Amino acid sequence: MSGFLTVQNFSCGYGDKFVLRNVNLEAGRGEISGIIGPNGSGKTTLFRGLTGELPARSGEVLLNGRNLRQMSFNERARSMAVVAQHVFATDVTVEEYVLMGRLPHRKQFQLFETREDYEIAHHYMQLTNVYGLRNKLMSKISGGEQQLANIARALTQQPELLLLDEPTSHLDITHQVQILNLIQKLNEEMKLSVLMIIHDLNLAGEYCDYLVMLKNGQPFKQGLPDEVLNYQVIEQGYKTVVVVQPNPVSHKPAVFLVSDKILKQKKEASGQGEGQDQSGKDF
Amino acid sequence: MKPPSGSVSRQIKLFRWGISLLSLLILTVVAFLLGMSAGELDISVWDVPRIMTEKEGVDYVVLTQIRLPRIILAIAAGGGLSLSGAVLQGIYRNPLVEPFTLGISGGAALGVALAIVFTLPAVLGAFALPLAGFAGALLAIVFVYVLGARFGQVNVNNMLLIGVMVSFVSSSLMMLMMSLATARSLHSIIFWMMGSLDEPNAMLIRLTLFVSVTSLVIAGFFSRSLNALRLGEANAWHLGVNTGLTIRVMFILASLVAGVCVASTGVIGFVGLVIPHLVRVLAGSDYRILLPASFLGGGIFLIICDAIARTIIAPNELPIGVITGIAGGIVFIVFLSRSKSTLKVN
Repeated sequence: MSGFLTVQNFSCGYGDKFVLRNVNLEAGRGEISGIIGPNGSGKTTLFRGLTGELPARSGEVLLNGRNLRQMSFNERARSMAVVAQHVFATDVTVEEYVLMGRLPHRKQFQLFETREDYEIAHHYMQLTNVYGLRNKLMSKISGGEQQLANIARALTQQPELLLLDEPTSHLDITHQVQILNLIQKLNEEMKLSVLMIIHDLNLAGEYCDYLVMLKNGQPFKQGLPDEVLNYQVIEQGYKTVVVVQPNPVSHKPAVFLVSDKILKQKKEASGQGEGQDQSGKDF
Repeated sequence: MKPPSGSVSRQIKLFRWGISLLSLLILTVVAFLLGMSAGELDISVWDVPRIMTEKEGVDYVVLTQIRLPRIILAIAAGGGLSLSGAVLQGIYRNPLVEPFTLGISGGAALGVALAIVFTLPAVLGAFALPLAGFAGALLAIVFVYVLGARFGQVNVNNMLLIGVMVSFVSSSLMMLMMSLATARSLHSIIFWMMGSLDEPNAMLIRLTLFVSVTSLVIAGFFSRSLNALRLGEANAWHLGVNTGLTIRVMFILASLVAGVCVASTGVIGFVGLVIPHLVRVLAGSDYRILLPASFLGGGIFLIICDAIARTIIAPNELPIGVITGIAGGIVFIVFLSRSKSTLKVN
């Protein structure tokens, strides 16, 4: 791990309340890193702290060795592009929306996008499959298409790091897989570093190279998906009994939930039943 | 998949904006000629250019001394109020915000009422009322800004609510002043409140024009940041926009230009609300076209309203605020029901 994004002793919160205290994290260059954790564990606060939206109380965020706090607004947006959860479905066309990604590249007092700006925007619109929608209004396309346009806009910023806040929430599995496959493709082909908050543990295990599990505003466990998505770690982190087995095709960890009723039956039957079954049938 | 055609979409957009601005400029010239010809003294539209070049006769004096200053003030105030509305609707992301929702006119009216009741014009002369109006507007702005933007964080919703409250409080105080005022003062207050482009002071007209044109230029430099704010504050921040600074500067600019316009013309409502919306529907919501188009549109609207106000019951004159309210309201409702579009900001 080369420590492309380094978070040192980072604390932040809202009003008098600290949500994160002295957090230390690292995300590698060219990797897809995922932040997981139960609700209220500080994922969104960490995300907002990393983007600078929420000012840090103490500590530093270094991107490629450079302190985010010392970057100008435009420099920050050129090195780090954010795909937020809420796309304001406004009356802008997809093309205008994606073009806004060129904003941090504008020169002072530059009122109009250059021809090059348009070409870059069109390139990423084609890459994300939204070029055909370019004259449609953002408010008139589906949630999945909005998310793709959102990613196109982020890529148009030509960043070194792509930060995504639950990119697949509210989407059906078709679009979940489409979005994550795209992110994986960008990561591989463009060597783009990715950090995303991801709620779904199975998707996290399938797509991320590195995982950080937050609990009570602290990294509870970080490491490879195999190390973090372990039934004991998840049980402690989420206070939930789960079964973890490798995905028969990808061999990445897959997490299963078991209802209380079944768990009780199992316990009674075996007398020593743990919510664990690591036997992992071969495929 | 078609090949990238960046230059084509870019040219189409610039061409459309060019056409929009050109048509508005032509309309401004038409409105200018109509405004010059309308009035008690019958002057044909076609004679206006000839009279202006010959530079002699009664007609020339009427045109340059009476009608031209009003038209210039109409462009300055109409443009300024409309610009202010467009900017405020953008930073508040609310279609019903206009300079007057934020207590700017309330503050100005209160300032003027106080000045009239305490007979300030006798002390300060011609500048007394505009000065008092501007001071009142400024006080309202400071209130809204300081209370709405405490703790170093700009809270747009707080500012809006405080603006509405300032507006209520100042209108109540106004009524208090009016109930205490003498009949003569009352008449002056009401006359001022209804708004008029009849401003004898050329200096004040020049100042208003200077302030609104300068504001247009300054706001123009912020137009791409305002565009980004259409996506929400957080998204604009992610695009590298200093959202706090943009909102502050735009709020102060929009309030100041509205304050100056109100101080020199009185309360002319509706321009800041209606014109930016019409322009959004016709020319789009991109601030790079919205700002100049709103400015020109506001000017055209006010020139025409003033021409109607001067001719409809000639030789008497209606208060222009009455015309802007009625004409603006009707045009707006007809337009909205025809175009099937809804109020939009973003």
